[in-house]
Amino acid sequence: MSGHVSPKSMYFTIFGALMFFTALTVGVAFVDLGVLNFPVALGIAITKATLVILFFMHVIHSSRLTKLIVATGFFFLLVLFGLTLTDYLSRGWMPNGAKATQIDY
Amino acid sequence: MADTSASAKDSVHGHHPAQQHHFESMVQQQESVTLGMWLFLVTEIMFFGGLFLAYLLYRLWYPAAWAEGSRELDIVLGSINTVVLIGSSLTMAFAVRTAQLGQNKATVNWLILTMLLGLVFLVIKGFEYAHKFEMHHVPGPNFEFEGPYAAQVQIFLSLYFVMTGLHALHMLIGFGLLSVIAWMAHKKRFSPEWYSPVEMAGLYWHFVDIVWIFLFPLLYLVDRVHHGA
Repeated sequence: MSGHVSPKSMYFTIFGALMFFTALTVGVAFVDLGVLNFPVALGIAITKATLVILFFMHVIHSSRLTKLIVATGFFFLLVLFGLTLTDYLSRGWMPNGAKATQIDY
Repeated sequence: MADTSASAKDSVHGHHPAQQHHFESMVQQQESVTLGMWLFLVTEIMFFGGLFLAYLLYRLWYPAAWAEGSRELDIVLGSINTVVLIGSSLTMAFAVRTAQLGQNKATVNWLILTMLLGLVFLVIKGFEYAHKFEMHHVPGPNFEFEGPYAAQVQIFLSLYFVMTGLHALHMLIGFGLLSVIAWMAHKKRFSPEWYSPVEMAGLYWHFVDIVWIFLFPLLYLVDRVHHGA
């Protein structure tokens, strides 16, 4: 079997790290970092999710094909966010004088 | 397939009773099961991804309303629930580990502990929902909110209820899965050679945990310090 049995200590270490990042994200939420509050919170969440995926979900010991499928999921999530934001964030960029059709949004 | 002991050396049935005939080996079967489960989870990532995208676009349009709505949520209850749910992921990981070692009795205990922690999470969530109903902060005809951004805060709270509600629904489905797995473990069905159902239920439970890892900061924490930014 592909059964790689990880030691108990590994799970406790990952749990400890997840608790540390939870405390960190709550603490940092009360510090005014200006525009950085959002990326910092998101970065900590991505770090926590990565720890869960790699160690709790055993992806680090999975086959290359499984790793590829996992990466594909997040790749298409980025495509969804990226392409949508290129539209919504650029809507105010119409050059002066251009005959833009007025869109109500 | 029941006559495994009698036909263990049989040319057709010289394999583990849990191995399906269309797989070459137990290793290949385990590979395929894991791959299939991850393909399902990828669809779940995209499913929740759409909701996170809606959250992000409305946040870009109505940052002040997002800050106001976010401050209505109870940061203490949200933090406790985060600890509880990550704790349930730890107990779930131990359920899988004991199944890998063939310790069915321990697997049952870890699964029950996982479900209890899940229940604590849902009860706390229930208290939060009840408070929202009392305050008339539930979107709909009875929605009431002080301030200039009431309509936009209603959008925030709509997304709050849809996202946390769908997350809670996934947990209820998780209870169903874990109950079946616990029953199978009670019947000593798992062994170091075959424990795929425990591992797959674990993947599902951890995924639900990951969704909350993103919901918590985005709904409760972000914009906490920006007063009507």
